[in-house]
Amino acid sequence: MKHLTLGAGLLMATSVVAQTPVLSVYAPDYFTSEWGPGPSIEAAFEETCACDLQFSAGDLLPRLMLEGPSTNADIVIGLNTDITKKARSTGLFAPHGQNNADLDLPIVWNDDVFLPFDWSYVSFIYDATRVTTPLNSFEDLTTLPDDQKIVIQDPRSSISGLALVLWVKAVYGDKAADFWARLAPHILTVTKGWSEAYGLFTDGEAAVVLSFNTSPAYHIVAEGDTTKKAAIFDEGHYAYFELVAKVAGTDQPELADQFMAFVMSDTFQSLIPMTNWSYPAAQPASEWPEAFAALPAPSKAVFHDENTAAALRDEAIEEWRTGLSQ
Amino acid sequence: MLTLDHITLRLGAFAIQSDRITIDQGICGVLGPSGAGKSTLLSLIAGFTRPDGGKILWNNKDITVLPPDKRPVGMVFQDNNLFPHLSVYRNLALALTHSTLLSQEQNRLIDKTLERVGLSGLHKRKPGELSGGQQSRAALARVLLQNRPIMALDEPFAALGPALKNEMLDLVADLATERGTLVLMVTHDPNDSLRIAPKTILVAENKIHLPVDTASLLENPPKALGQYLGARSYGQTPK
Amino acid sequence: MAHRVVAMKAVPIIAGGFVVCLVLFPLITVWMWAETGASLGAADWSAIRFTIWQAFLSALLSCVAAIPVARALARQRFIGRSAIIVLLSAPFILPVIVAVMGILAVFGQNGLINSVLSVIGVAPVSIYGLSGILIAHVFFNMPLVTRMILQGWLAIPAERLRLADSLGLKGWARFRVLEWPMMQQILPSAFGVVFVICLSSFAVALTLGGGPRATTLELGIYQAFRFDFDLGKAAVLALLQFGLVGVAALFTVWISSKDPFAQGLDRPIVHVTTGRFIRGIDTCVIVVAIAFLGIPMLTIFVKGLLGIISLPFSIWQAAGRSILIAAGSTLLCLGFALALARRWGEVLGSAGIAVSPLVLGAGLFLMIRPFANPFDWALIVTMILNAMLSLPFVLRILRPQAESIRTDYHRLAATMGLGPWAWVRWIYVPRLRRPIGFAAGLTAALSMGDLGVIVLFGTSDHATLPLKLYQLMGAYRMDQAAAAATVLLGLSLLSFWIFDYWGRRGAHA
Repeated sequence: MKHLTLGAGLLMATSVVAQTPVLSVYAPDYFTSEWGPGPSIEAAFEETCACDLQFSAGDLLPRLMLEGPSTNADIVIGLNTDITKKARSTGLFAPHGQNNADLDLPIVWNDDVFLPFDWSYVSFIYDATRVTTPLNSFEDLTTLPDDQKIVIQDPRSSISGLALVLWVKAVYGDKAADFWARLAPHILTVTKGWSEAYGLFTDGEAAVVLSFNTSPAYHIVAEGDTTKKAAIFDEGHYAYFELVAKVAGTDQPELADQFMAFVMSDTFQSLIPMTNWSYPAAQPASEWPEAFAALPAPSKAVFHDENTAAALRDEAIEEWRTGLSQ
Repeated sequence: MLTLDHITLRLGAFAIQSDRITIDQGICGVLGPSGAGKSTLLSLIAGFTRPDGGKILWNNKDITVLPPDKRPVGMVFQDNNLFPHLSVYRNLALALTHSTLLSQEQNRLIDKTLERVGLSGLHKRKPGELSGGQQSRAALARVLLQNRPIMALDEPFAALGPALKNEMLDLVADLATERGTLVLMVTHDPNDSLRIAPKTILVAENKIHLPVDTASLLENPPKALGQYLGARSYGQTPK
Repeated sequence: MAHRVVAMKAVPIIAGGFVVCLVLFPLITVWMWAETGASLGAADWSAIRFTIWQAFLSALLSCVAAIPVARALARQRFIGRSAIIVLLSAPFILPVIVAVMGILAVFGQNGLINSVLSVIGVAPVSIYGLSGILIAHVFFNMPLVTRMILQGWLAIPAERLRLADSLGLKGWARFRVLEWPMMQQILPSAFGVVFVICLSSFAVALTLGGGPRATTLELGIYQAFRFDFDLGKAAVLALLQFGLVGVAALFTVWISSKDPFAQGLDRPIVHVTTGRFIRGIDTCVIVVAIAFLGIPMLTIFVKGLLGIISLPFSIWQAAGRSILIAAGSTLLCLGFALALARRWGEVLGSAGIAVSPLVLGAGLFLMIRPFANPFDWALIVTMILNAMLSLPFVLRILRPQAESIRTDYHRLAATMGLGPWAWVRWIYVPRLRRPIGFAAGLTAALSMGDLGVIVLFGTSDHATLPLKLYQLMGAYRMDQAAAAATVLLGLSLLSFWIFDYWGRRGAHA
């Protein structure tokens, strides 16, 4: 049967290549797909490392927790700040060994274990051909006309949805529940994940979608479409960081360190914008591609550190849920 | 020689029992009022039902616990005698062997049997394409190929017209004589028994009686049978 | 021979035991792994209530909507009838996200209906909410129920139909004598199957439900598992779901009586022509059904058609992999189903969809891990799990006829000494050919569109087609995603059609 030969082939392949060390990187699906940053990063790294970089795609946190200390991973890439607390509690990660001062981020980065490799601002993207009212703040969302609705993600199943409720909580504090109740009539629906929501947006079902302020870059660069714009709010935007970390029990410590250094390198950082459609974390804006530098961006960044995020999370989700369940 | 030794059976409200009964070779009819247990008797002998007590012996060998395909009995049912989706040929082949291809010997046997029952050349037909009479013949062919010493027939020709039925009965009689088969035939029409069965077993009032001479039984039927038969007299002598 | 009889009895028991173990062991493993027990909050209880309510309504509506369509298709003969019957099965096998997009293309804010309404000047209709969920569930499941009822029609022996015709039974009398007994057998179990399917609905409920009021149990499991990694909570919720499904399955099987129809001789069914009035109604019903089911699918198909040429080779590779997995799952599923096609077997078979695939996957992952690298097993595990997921439907489809076959022919087979293998080869499978074809088609197509456990077991280079679809969407490439969806839809339909055709060709009547 084919799978047996596949399995056998894999086994043989790995033993033949045993001479070349293998760096095992766990990453999310969108990262390793042929349209994500994975392939280019793999090619670039393998040029310099004399090794074989192997991605392993799938859910990061569940897998790590299921595998525990016997995990095969050497590097884990693709976590985000709202779940680092849980990730850290596994005790699986080692300090990243890179200089945080080299990062170019809207906030000061102090974490020694998790290293951001790209970032963007959570923001609402709207269809400029339909939405004519200015969207400069959260309150403006509540004044949208009836035929222009918003689609968002569920914070209980989507990481971007979770970022949204934490953002609202940061801006509104105790009044968050009230805000959700006022926004509820304008929400078309809530989806399981970002893909479904964005699909609804591009299909014209909703006029506004929760995404990232860098999303329009794809449309501008790949499709020449300038009608999709990010709404920039005066209250500031939630900063969303994607992180990479080194596994403490790695059997390839030098390679892993090499990779972490590679993440900070220009090669890696330059690959990010056009493959992951986000701002590179260790490059100043002056070196970004034109399309990214020109994107409208908020002047203020809002951020919860991992402890605040963990503490506020249940409350924020519950306020969202009751607000929308009216 | 088939022996039923003090058989008892109870199925819910229905109960039936026998003393020691011996049935010799030849054709034996089974008569009785509706619901008395005629079909049950055949079922017991063929192995589809197990008695609660007592033994069934064939040539003094105990066959009570044997499954149907291990019993020396070939049975023709009231219906479902052939698999409708298989051709006549395949139906018959299955009686001989379960493999797809048959030996020349086996094929010849099938041809011969079909000829004997008057169905030459109808190998490829499906049962649904045969007339009622032809289906009965095919069922007979099937049971012939099974080549068992006992043939149990459960109202096999009930749906046929008188002339056709008589033809089939005579065929059964001929085959029984040819092969020395012990035939047990359940029928609701006493004339069938009169025609080919010298002896008849009465099944009535929860009892399986000893085989008795058919003509005498029908000339002077016991009360239960008499009610079933009605006013007509059946005192004709067999052919 | 004694051991032949034992073999015939043992096979179903072994198969049943295997299914139960395959489902329970992972669940227990997850439970044991969980650190603490979890308690359920108010949100969870309201999710449970909502889950049951929407599943109940969906099942009810699907059955009610299916009856006139099935009747129309059974009564009328016209060109393209078989094509339509095949198409009827399509919605059930679509990947959820593709189907939802299709439904929205018709019913959504920006959809056909609202465009028409705005031209007339009527305010747009929003389906987001319970109505949206019900529409989507009916879209998915009504065709399945229709097929089941149609099968019931076909299982009425020709002799009985001729008897009814010769008695001149029409209208209400005909319904009472012919249809109602058949429906009494088919409908409760069809209801049960749809109920069970909708119990584990998640993405549909959320996207079309409009908001957190439309939260189902499965979302709770999803969140507990993929997000919080709270195995204890996931296990508790999964157990609850299992209990709900178990009760529903037991009830369904208990309620569906044994086949009341006597055996026929497989003579072809001759239909009485119906009057013009009835013909008119039937035509309307069929047209509406085709429109409701066909337009969303057509939209999906057309949207992606142009983009197919630009799809990279990896998509076709993924398609190949999906086909392989589908073939494997189908074989496995049929094997189990043929062994388990009896009443208690059907209850057991429901275990397949009773436990959330997430939990099953995690359990299997944990069970395999000490012995081997689970990633090498991803394909096999996916095959097995897909087989389990389809098992309840396949059983529902096969069981009535399987039981009839046994009842009608076991004596003949016994007297001819047919052993288990001969029975299966000559009688059981040939007489079940039509429902086997249908069931195999469903399984193959379902497996194609299933994201499955592969998500947990990681994909690396072994992506399946639905996964590629999600990857495309995740990379903003919506047009290419639409093209991949078209390929997926096409392949699912094709695989279904192939099996179904095989079944119908060899079957009699």
